[in-house]
Amino acid sequence: MKLINEEGLRTDGRKFNELRPIKIEVGVLNRADGSSYIEWGGNKVLVAVYGPREAFPKHTQNASRANVNARYNMAAFSVDERKRPGPDRRAVEISKVIGEALRCAVFTEQFPRTTIDVYIEVLQADAGTRIAGLTAASVALVDAGIPMKDMVVGCAAGKIDGKVVLDLNKEEDNFGQADLPMAIIPRTQEIVLLQMDGNMSRDELEEAVELSKKASMYIADLQKQALLAKYKSQENEKEGERGE
Amino acid sequence: MKRKVSAVSKSADEIVYGLKREYLEKICSEGSRIDGRKFDETRGATVNTNFVPRAEGSAEVRLGDTRVLVGIKIEQGEPFPDTPKSGILTTNAELLPMASPTFEPGPPSPDAIELARVVDRGIRESKMIDLDKLVIKEGEKVWVVFIDMHILDYDGNLIDACSLGAVAALLEAKVPASQIGAEDFPLPINHIPITITFSKIGSNMLADPNLEEEEVEYARLSVATNENGDVVAMQKGEGGSITQEELFSAVDTSIKLGKDIRKRVLGK
Repeated sequence: MKLINEEGLRTDGRKFNELRPIKIEVGVLNRADGSSYIEWGGNKVLVAVYGPREAFPKHTQNASRANVNARYNMAAFSVDERKRPGPDRRAVEISKVIGEALRCAVFTEQFPRTTIDVYIEVLQADAGTRIAGLTAASVALVDAGIPMKDMVVGCAAGKIDGKVVLDLNKEEDNFGQADLPMAIIPRTQEIVLLQMDGNMSRDELEEAVELSKKASMYIADLQKQALLAKYKSQENEKEGERGE
Repeated sequence: MKRKVSAVSKSADEIVYGLKREYLEKICSEGSRIDGRKFDETRGATVNTNFVPRAEGSAEVRLGDTRVLVGIKIEQGEPFPDTPKSGILTTNAELLPMASPTFEPGPPSPDAIELARVVDRGIRESKMIDLDKLVIKEGEKVWVVFIDMHILDYDGNLIDACSLGAVAALLEAKVPASQIGAEDFPLPINHIPITITFSKIGSNMLADPNLEEEEVEYARLSVATNENGDVVAMQKGEGGSITQEELFSAVDTSIKLGKDIRKRVLGK
């Protein structure tokens, strides 16, 4: 299957270094301590954060820091063929790496014996769900007022038709040659999530890492704008009340 | 894999853990490791194939005091609806309670699932086995290759021990085609992936960490490469980060060590 045409454009018309459209919203759930919603291409992902709250059962408590417990879950209807509900092995692994990535950024030592629960619900999947979920999760953590070094942000890069490209879509993920989901802490440029499958030479890998980093810096701005938008709208509401 | 501590001894254990971590970081910053190895030196692995003749392929691997046994069973089964022209590969890991006081019986832990999936990724993504040649009748019957990894004794770095064991066992495995009136044949092999795992301690990447190093690691990184020096799979683990320089120093070491192990241990 041909994934790049003669003009160098991809199946959805993007250039090699072009992202799919991304939209982030903050504070979309009522009960959660923090929440966010992200649309990234055809991905629709909802994230809720609860905590820090007492870790339960008690033996899971860590006397020196908080646990960051992520639960990545795909809705049964989020994919073409119905997915059996509940965590499969893939979801267990993704939950683990997302939780570990967030732990790099959260000042966990400030909340010993507690847990910070991050619930990631994939409502519609379109390749790149773990990174979309992780990117939205850090926004939800900020919304919950949890102190962090910086927001974790990421973007996948990959290889299709022998060329390194950014942000694989579903076809590219299925028929491409490599996929590299990666997330960083923008302020320090540390890599906090990194997985890869497929086949890349060392040089291609370097190109992909650079591409992903650059895109992550751009998405970090979208995260901040989303947070800003929430507080601006609250500010406007207050002013409206005063005007009356 | 972090050590679980009992509630009673928690504070004492944490003090010891802190001291260990400090000590290991100190000697690493001075350029040495607790067992005297260089940063890019693995523990010599020994591979003993055909340990379980009843299995279609098997290998026992010792990596330091880590000991794992990998068995391959190959059976007939139905193909997945979306890949009717392809055999099936499935990988499973059991952290047996006999291997460590911290392993508990019961359903697979996230650690066991991650281990199995990382090993699986190295083999699958390198296209080690030509699954397209494992079709008996298109859309109806294919060979299913089961990789089952038993952890017998845990002294760190299960990912590399299991990956090596799985590759060695697959290289030996025979497809039991006599069951369907044909001749048994060896698995069609295209590539040989080797996985090298690193513990980040301080700002050093230590290849093939032992248990003591793994317990205090800040982050973990596994890199699988093929015989052409291409990277075929990676996984970062644990709640710490790595820098881009650390990543590529690990990639370079992994390519180098992969070549060495392929030749020295597997004779390929």
